[in-house]
Amino acid sequence: MSAIVQEHTEDHAHDHGHHHKETFITKYIFSQDHKMIAKQYLITGLIMGFIGIGMSLLFRMQLAFPGESFLLFEWFLGDWAPDGVMDADIYLALVTIHGTIMVFFVLTAGLSGTFSNLLIPLQIGARDMASGFLNMISYWLFFISSVIMVSSIFIEAGPAAAGWTIYPPLSALPMAQPGSGLGMTLWLVSMAVFIASSLMGSLNYIVTVINLRTKGMSMTRLPLTIWAFFVTAIIGVISFPVLLSAALLLIMDRSFGTSFFLSDIFIQGEVLHYQGGSPVLFEHLFWFLGHPEVYIVLLPALGITSEVMSTNARKPIFGYRAMVASILAIAFLSTIVWGHHMFISGMNPFLGSVFTFTTLLIAIPSAVKAFNYITTLWKGNLQLNPAMLFSIGLVSTFITGGLTGIILGDSTLDINVHDTYFVVAHFHLVMGISALYGLFAGVYHWFPKMFGKMMNKNLGYVHFWVTAVCAYGVFFPMHFVGMAGVPRRYYENTAFPMFDELTDVQVLMTVFALIAGAAQLVFAYNFVHSIFYGRPAEQNPWKSNTLEWTAPVKHFHGNWEGEIPEVHRWAYDYSKTWDNGDYIIPGQDYVPQHIPLQENEEELQH
Amino acid sequence: MDTSVTPAAEENVWGGGNKPLGASYGKMMMWFFIVSDALTFSGFLAAYGFSRFKFIETWPIADEVFTHVPFFHGNYPMYYVAFMTFILIMSSVTMVLAVDAGHHMKKSKVVLYMFLTIIGGAIFVGSQAWEWATFIKGDYGALETKGGRILQFVNAETGERAALGDFAASIPDVRQEHLEQNGVWYYGDESSLPTYSLNEVVEGFKSNPNILIRTETLTDDHQKTMLTREESLERIEDAVLVVEGANLVRNEYGSRLFADFFFFITGFHGFHVFSGVVINIIIFFNIILGTYERRGHYEMVEKVGLYWHFVDLVWVFVFTFFYLV
Repeated sequence: MSAIVQEHTEDHAHDHGHHHKETFITKYIFSQDHKMIAKQYLITGLIMGFIGIGMSLLFRMQLAFPGESFLLFEWFLGDWAPDGVMDADIYLALVTIHGTIMVFFVLTAGLSGTFSNLLIPLQIGARDMASGFLNMISYWLFFISSVIMVSSIFIEAGPAAAGWTIYPPLSALPMAQPGSGLGMTLWLVSMAVFIASSLMGSLNYIVTVINLRTKGMSMTRLPLTIWAFFVTAIIGVISFPVLLSAALLLIMDRSFGTSFFLSDIFIQGEVLHYQGGSPVLFEHLFWFLGHPEVYIVLLPALGITSEVMSTNARKPIFGYRAMVASILAIAFLSTIVWGHHMFISGMNPFLGSVFTFTTLLIAIPSAVKAFNYITTLWKGNLQLNPAMLFSIGLVSTFITGGLTGIILGDSTLDINVHDTYFVVAHFHLVMGISALYGLFAGVYHWFPKMFGKMMNKNLGYVHFWVTAVCAYGVFFPMHFVGMAGVPRRYYENTAFPMFDELTDVQVLMTVFALIAGAAQLVFAYNFVHSIFYGRPAEQNPWKSNTLEWTAPVKHFHGNWEGEIPEVHRWAYDYSKTWDNGDYIIPGQDYVPQHIPLQENEEELQH
Repeated sequence: MDTSVTPAAEENVWGGGNKPLGASYGKMMMWFFIVSDALTFSGFLAAYGFSRFKFIETWPIADEVFTHVPFFHGNYPMYYVAFMTFILIMSSVTMVLAVDAGHHMKKSKVVLYMFLTIIGGAIFVGSQAWEWATFIKGDYGALETKGGRILQFVNAETGERAALGDFAASIPDVRQEHLEQNGVWYYGDESSLPTYSLNEVVEGFKSNPNILIRTETLTDDHQKTMLTREESLERIEDAVLVVEGANLVRNEYGSRLFADFFFFITGFHGFHVFSGVVINIIIFFNIILGTYERRGHYEMVEKVGLYWHFVDLVWVFVFTFFYLV
């Protein structure tokens, strides 16, 4: 074994010791440096995010003011909004593409892609990802799939409109609705490319964490960010291929006449030849991905929160091993709960009760995490910078959204609110807003590492408080709208007199949504402005323990000049004191991971 | 893993600064890719199981579908697919030998065994193509009813299946041409038309009292249900279409999902074998050029070997679920 160790370390010094000259193209475009790829992911993800959020603002306006004419609609939607009144088909298309973009392009690729790429090599002490080349391909495939998805907005019949879950037959019959034609085809092509990109990224993250940890960086000394990214990548490798199965079978149904998901369909009086297939089969295959996808979105945000919160509470994370165990437990459970999306799909009700049981089990590791966050904050020396505020915000929305999850996870209770705005409120809070907060926390916290500049703190506060108030302003009343029975995905509810009383609430939610959207412009300004004119960052602005802050501010391929630091302790030695109450290192309330244990110092039992 | 590892060293295996699983990143990526690909196949096989269970009472009997062997006439259920499977598994064996020879840096042996592996893979893909062709061409022919069910024919005296050609009458009539303006489904060329018209089959059936109809429904002893002559005469009135062979829309063997899944899953697997053969050929030429000799190790052969074994393993499952059970 020791021979292998020797060989490995030599290998490293040899491989990356020299810096070769880079051209503009190899440095900024087809870069194989994980830090540049992370930035590429982040910026692509943020642009997709603005498109996705913008769409939600448009259809929120339609919901609040059904059938009214807006100049805005005319500008953005053109022929799809004759005289400025939004067309019903484009409403569905907007909802579909909003969901797709936010779930896959922003919160999967934008979040996990950015921070896994940036942090895995830097925090485990590696020069780069295991395969920089695959990493580069992974990004460019993501870019291509983004371009295809966005381009589908510009085709004549409009983009896919079957909902982000693309249930057949709407998605399987090109003549079913305008969006079922070329728009749906582009959606499927884009997602196939996306899956390939995600697979390459995930393979890289997994093997990098296993093979390239620096000396002393045992699995139990890994920062929780890395644990989260690692497990996220594993769930990705397990669940995305099943979405690929579903998509391939769907393509066969669409284009080659098979009957996997279709049976007994009449269109315009014509009976189609499809026979024997089952749309429920599609739902099974889809949700086998779909549910783990929720955790692919959420776990990286939770990992980022753990790190940001511990740093800014100047306290060790509470229950490190419990946190790791609950990440693993959530990952495992996420693969056996998909049926809770299908309680009223016609699935056997007995299966419903099985899925209820497994679903409710997820409450346990989730509660462990929530309590650990709160306990980490307890009596901490809180540094309330924007990253920390967003982390605390995440815990808040995670709990609020998680509680309604208990209702929705129980089949008997779910039936009453199924497909209403209650569900929309639940998942937006628990995975949408929470994961976005995680993304923002990550951006504010690691911006100095990424761009060598500091973001403006005051604009960060404005961004946080407006976003936090407005996010609840949108999604909290939405629970009540849902409980009143308003169904999701309806273009307008004016035909139902019983919903008339809720019009004011709809207007309220839309106003909050518009303000929240405007607050993101503050973030965008802060982000772009700080890249160019921000205050130059010091090497370790947050006085943090993890290895990325031992790397110089200036970026070069290879991360560290000279030797890679060796790790001697876990990542959470904040405010650690001797028995007499003095800090381990005099005058400094943190001990970075590469500092050897001092004489007589006891390694924390974590 | 080395057996002489001391407990103290063991503790450090996951301690960082080494490769805890003793594998390079490339090999591990191949492993995790295989995990991912295995789940894609699992998705397909689960979908197959789901659909088959739904039609458990009418599912075609594989022994009656795959009965052909090239160059031979007659009924040889499963013989050829067993041969294909054997070839594929043998190609896995030669792959193991190639990897082993690579460990010993014996270039000429690696070349030989890789060559045999490629040949094995090629034979398998070729056999698969032949099997598809046979399946598409069909065997006896059948009728499809209004409800989309398949009616097959049996000779009452011999108990053997009767082909449409055995009894169909010959009625000279001009076929009415279907024009695009008359329907959604329009076939431009005539080649997709069956050999016999529906009328010919029905008339031939009526004038041949020893022909009976067999429905898709399975009896308790796992045979297809035979109708009596009276029932048969009644049932044939439902027929709307002559079906010969199989395609993605209809097939003469029974449930159309049978053909859909057969084409899709064996096709997807065949695509994997085909890419495996192509990759093997690339590696084969690299070996001949001495790339790995210069590199000092044959790990690349190991990596493609992993993929090749995986593809073989998948076939074992496909074989089991499509042909055996």
